[in-house]
Amino acid sequence: MSTRRWLPQPMLSLLLLVVWLLLMNNFGLGHWLLGALLGVLIPLVTQVFWDHPPRIHKPVKLCLFFLRVLGDIVTANLEVAKLILGSPDKLQPAFFEVPMLLEDELALTMLASVISLTPGTVSADLSDDRKTLLVHGLNVVDEAAAVAEIKQRYEAPLLEVFTCSST
Amino acid sequence: MNFWIEALIALFLLLGSLFALIGAIGLYRLPDFFMRLHGPTKATTLGVGGMVIASLIYFGAGDGTLSLHELLIALFLFITAPVSAHMLAKAALQQKLRLSERTRGRPWEQ
Amino acid sequence: MLVYVIPLCSMIIGLALVLTLARLIKGPDMPDRILALDTLYINAIALLVLLGIWLGSDLYFEAALLIAVMGFVGTVAVAKYLLRGDIIE
Repeated sequence: MSTRRWLPQPMLSLLLLVVWLLLMNNFGLGHWLLGALLGVLIPLVTQVFWDHPPRIHKPVKLCLFFLRVLGDIVTANLEVAKLILGSPDKLQPAFFEVPMLLEDELALTMLASVISLTPGTVSADLSDDRKTLLVHGLNVVDEAAAVAEIKQRYEAPLLEVFTCSST
Repeated sequence: MNFWIEALIALFLLLGSLFALIGAIGLYRLPDFFMRLHGPTKATTLGVGGMVIASLIYFGAGDGTLSLHELLIALFLFITAPVSAHMLAKAALQQKLRLSERTRGRPWEQ
Repeated sequence: MLVYVIPLCSMIIGLALVLTLARLIKGPDMPDRILALDTLYINAIALLVLLGIWLGSDLYFEAALLIAVMGFVGTVAVAKYLLRGDIIE
């Protein structure tokens, strides 16, 4: 119980430490200590501002997810480059709606960002009840297949990482 | 400096700048706003990514010390580019910009 | 080799900046112009990183990071203004 009290958000603390070390560009002992101090202090001080602090249940899975997204970004860029340099008359742009099961705010933000960064899709709007995401695709042949791919490839791992934060 | 390291740096630099150019070409020639949005959000982030990797190798190989702080720029851009694209798309939806005639599906009205 | 590649790369990015500038001037609507400004600052970051390699100096990193931060805040502020007609409600 006491670790939860002193480290309310371990992932945030770790992120702060890494960013501090990168910003200083110096991996000496002093910077490790100062970074760790900041990583403990900042979440404690800002604790009151977080309404629903995100709970990450499977950090390893999250890292694997980020690696996969990084790979997808590269292929997405090659694909979009090909589409842009090709004839614009052949493109089939479309709006389509993706129903979502995610409820956590951070997970929603991550999903929307990942959709924007990966193959030919940009998330355009979130419905008022936070259940559907409006997505614009640059060249969509089959909307149902695109929705299924987003759900299976990106939403399923995120659901697993942030499972049932409300229950 | 070693020839192969220099070649690697040159490769990443060319790759990065070509992606930046492709993003700008997309911004210039695609017919409607939502299609133009695709170029800058994807191509330019990878463009800066390529530059940053080249810079990492250059400063790492130059004096032998590890210098990773350029990664922060790429990390920051990867986080912020989708957010600003989302904001712009929201603004464009609200202004009801003209869509290309071939666009299937219509955005909802809220 | 880098003596030739770096000027070539800055020329390519310069061309990208010109295309973006054309969109900024032409852009039929406001969101197009904001998008062009957004692309302009990202390309400026790429150019700054390139300049850092050319001059072999670490100092340009701070400038690039600052441009990244301020550019993002600027884009979001202007997009918010378009959405609501007001930045701080």
